Amino acid sequence: MRYLPLSDADRADMLAAIGAASIDDLFADLPADKRLSALPNLPLHMSEPAVARRLGALAAKNTPAGAVPFFVGAGAYKHHVPATVDHLIQRSEFLTSYTPYQPEIAQGTLQVLFEFQTQVARLTGMEVANASMYDGSTALAEAVLMAHRITRRDKAVLSGGVHPHYRGVVETVTRLSGHQVESLPPDVAGTEDILSRIDDTTSCVVVQSPSFYGQLYDLKPIADKAHAVGALLIASFTEVVSLGLIEPPGAQGADIVVGEGQSLGNPLSFGGPYVGLFATRQKYVRQMPGRLCGETVDADGRRAFVLTLSAREQHIRREKATSNICTNAGLCALAFSIHLTLLGGAGLTKLARINHANAVKLADRLAAVPGVELLNASFFNEFALRLAKDAAAVVETLAGRGILAGVPASRLEPGRPELDNVLVVASTEVNTDDDRAAFAGALREALA
Amino acid sequence: MTMNAVGRLTAPVPTEAHDVATFTGNRGLAIEEPLLFEVGRPDVSGVDFDDVDDVMPRLGGQVRMAPLDLPGLSEPETMRHYVRLSRQNYAIDLGLYPLGSCTMKHNPRLNEAMARLPGFADVHPLQPLSTVAGAVDLVAELGRWLLELTGMASVAMSPKAGAHGEMCGMAAIKAALADRGEARDVVLVPESAHGTNPATAAQLGFRVVAVPARPDGTVDPEEVRKRLTPEVAAIMLTNPNTCGLFERDIVGIAEAVHAAGAYFYADGANFNAIVGKVRPGDLGVDAMHINLHKTFSTPHGGGGPGAGPVVLSERLAPYAPVPFVRFDAEGAAEFVETRKIAGELGAKPFGRITAFHGQMGMFVRALAYMLSHGADGLRQASEDAVLAANYVKARLADVMTVAFPDRPAMHEVLFDDRFLADTGVTTLDFAKAMIDEGYHPMTMYFPLVVHGALLIEPTESESKASLDQFVDTLRHLAERAKSGDADAFRAAPRLAPRRRVDETLAARQPKLVQPV
Repeated sequence: MRYLPLSDADRADMLAAIGAASIDDLFADLPADKRLSALPNLPLHMSEPAVARRLGALAAKNTPAGAVPFFVGAGAYKHHVPATVDHLIQRSEFLTSYTPYQPEIAQGTLQVLFEFQTQVARLTGMEVANASMYDGSTALAEAVLMAHRITRRDKAVLSGGVHPHYRGVVETVTRLSGHQVESLPPDVAGTEDILSRIDDTTSCVVVQSPSFYGQLYDLKPIADKAHAVGALLIASFTEVVSLGLIEPPGAQGADIVVGEGQSLGNPLSFGGPYVGLFATRQKYVRQMPGRLCGETVDADGRRAFVLTLSAREQHIRREKATSNICTNAGLCALAFSIHLTLLGGAGLTKLARINHANAVKLADRLAAVPGVELLNASFFNEFALRLAKDAAAVVETLAGRGILAGVPASRLEPGRPELDNVLVVASTEVNTDDDRAAFAGALREALA
Repeated sequence: MTMNAVGRLTAPVPTEAHDVATFTGNRGLAIEEPLLFEVGRPDVSGVDFDDVDDVMPRLGGQVRMAPLDLPGLSEPETMRHYVRLSRQNYAIDLGLYPLGSCTMKHNPRLNEAMARLPGFADVHPLQPLSTVAGAVDLVAELGRWLLELTGMASVAMSPKAGAHGEMCGMAAIKAALADRGEARDVVLVPESAHGTNPATAAQLGFRVVAVPARPDGTVDPEEVRKRLTPEVAAIMLTNPNTCGLFERDIVGIAEAVHAAGAYFYADGANFNAIVGKVRPGDLGVDAMHINLHKTFSTPHGGGGPGAGPVVLSERLAPYAPVPFVRFDAEGAAEFVETRKIAGELGAKPFGRITAFHGQMGMFVRALAYMLSHGADGLRQASEDAVLAANYVKARLADVMTVAFPDRPAMHEVLFDDRFLADTGVTTLDFAKAMIDEGYHPMTMYFPLVVHGALLIEPTESESKASLDQFVDTLRHLAERAKSGDADAFRAAPRLAPRRRVDETLAARQPKLVQPV
């Protein structure tokens, strides 16, 4: 077996050194009547080409985003990732290292985390950020729990613009931990009245901008109302590229900012692994979940980085920890950070401008199709359409013609007839005029 | 014949070895790298774009006014920045990485290649299901392997990491209890457990009651029985435990837990010792997370991403979170994505714990690992891992102190610091001295049940020569410590990119970001 270096002679020598008659002696503590002698229902080992054939056949049954006109978003986005990123994250020293618990031999990972934290803080307009979370949805749930700890209240108010999966995660986690959540109904038009839901029992208000339906919200009045009653504003996003062009939540009064970082550096990968971003104000840093990397010096006085404030964490605090989280999304955070380093502020702004321009062109083109209504007054690179027909059926029809047209809202919000004809459409820098023409033409025929 | 007698010398001239200070601070191939924020410039970009016409913005007045102070680097500068940083890291690909309970085994590159096939890496989680049939099949096939290897009834694939899996499994238990109309709120956790276990229980509103270990390092079933009150919801037990021992009374413990109306959560962090040797389902386990990044070798990546699918017993299966895979009458796999649809199918999912479907990229890698090993290779890997740990134990038993010498070790072996008594050398000093010898230290000061713990997990990826060199190195260090060389140990490491760092300073005045 190509991954196992020991020969049978080695094994015999080692058993002799141990003083064991056979390998079974070492498994003597396993209950004798439960021990297996083989795994009869599983195949035997395979060569590298055999595995590649097997998995290649499964991969070939899927339609990659890059192979077709592609407009699917709703929380994960198809962007071009520079080739440099994937090369660098496959460096052995990044790929095959553990959590940097030994700082003397992990400065590479630690400096990357410090740079990542700084990038995330600057991007979101916040003072501090952590070393990443599993993804945007779990980051949001942790943010809500953190707000409960800070305010000593336990009711969260969730905007109807929050991604339905994110709402599901927040509702699940808050219910499991004995807290309350008030979820507003889906806010397709971006016109909900969330201010009237905020009172002095509210621990936090959660608003996603751009929303699941692509709407941009003015966070300032929501922050003001929240702060007036002692609540926190949690701002969330699923498309981090938007921050190249729109006002960051930190500049609008958000207390905690969370989001999905997949768009930078990370492939779609059918939903994961992604990278959750988590930023807040300095004064709340000791209530943060997750790993933090900080600057210090070594015994020779040289600058060094180290995981810090671990008195918040489970391996020290056990049942009194701020979270049970034990890992971050290290390699995905590295990919994010490399991509953002390649872009720089100027490049990110340009990328965001192209995304917005492509979305505007697409929205205008689709809105001109009979039976299509654009539901957004504002948007970044994603918007919602009301179609004259069931959106899920239209998406299937277009998929049959080799166009992946977006996400029917009903897939995530079933049982709401008012959403059955709503289609969420995204457009990024990868889309061309030909893609848009193909989409508009096919949609025209599907709705005719 | 003489050639160019005044030319380049082909052998070094003997010189006195000494510590060289350099102008740059670099030391040969070890090159210092400043922060991105010290070398980058805000107007520099390493990315070129296609030209796109500008449009009238539709941003609803939300145009960015705040400065975006993010320095950029050109592509060659980016390459150097990260390559130089990478060289300051230890890695499995460099050497033996004996972190107990972390399972730093070889990460096959075939798995990386498979995860990057466009049919896996470039598919969106919300594409029409008709365009991702192969992705659904892959998730289902990995699930089948996990069920076959664990002997369980059902699997929740979406947890993002081990601790996330713990939350998933314990939430299923909470939901099952609620369905029975019971509000049990106590979870039993052995003292040797990972910190995530009590943290998870507490996050779900349970009270944690500790179970002491008996002198041989395992859980005493009598101590469990004594604590099995009607308030007990579950026990969380790691097996093999964090002392590297198999909990030999596990079947009796499971029976007692079930008889008391509680559930048995197994922390699967150490499943790699017993894959193909025994099935947790046959031992009475109700829920167990599986760290794909440990047992099935998906790369640790400097701290994630992980993946922590949870296998569930028949009793807990109905409560698995959405999304999950089900099989229709023809055996075709399909996703159930919402609680509403799950409810219509008779399931009672406790909710949703992440957006989308889980760590697909890790699923591909784990399945490639399983297919490559096959049934025979997986069993051999478990045996080799256990053999390696016992070999290390046997060869060090006379110079270090094995914490629990009487039972066979499983995949890892625990030492305590009695062998360092009166030497002035601590577990920390000993571990740091390993760095100068070219090794990553073992897990230190965990588990908490012995003094100055040193937990060594060599894994099945090491050749005998590699194990021998490692053992010889530890023997040498142990003997040096005993010979009264404490100052040298306290000064270690001397040869790493950094010497010991000031953790107190980092925590007292946290500097977590670079100021603008």
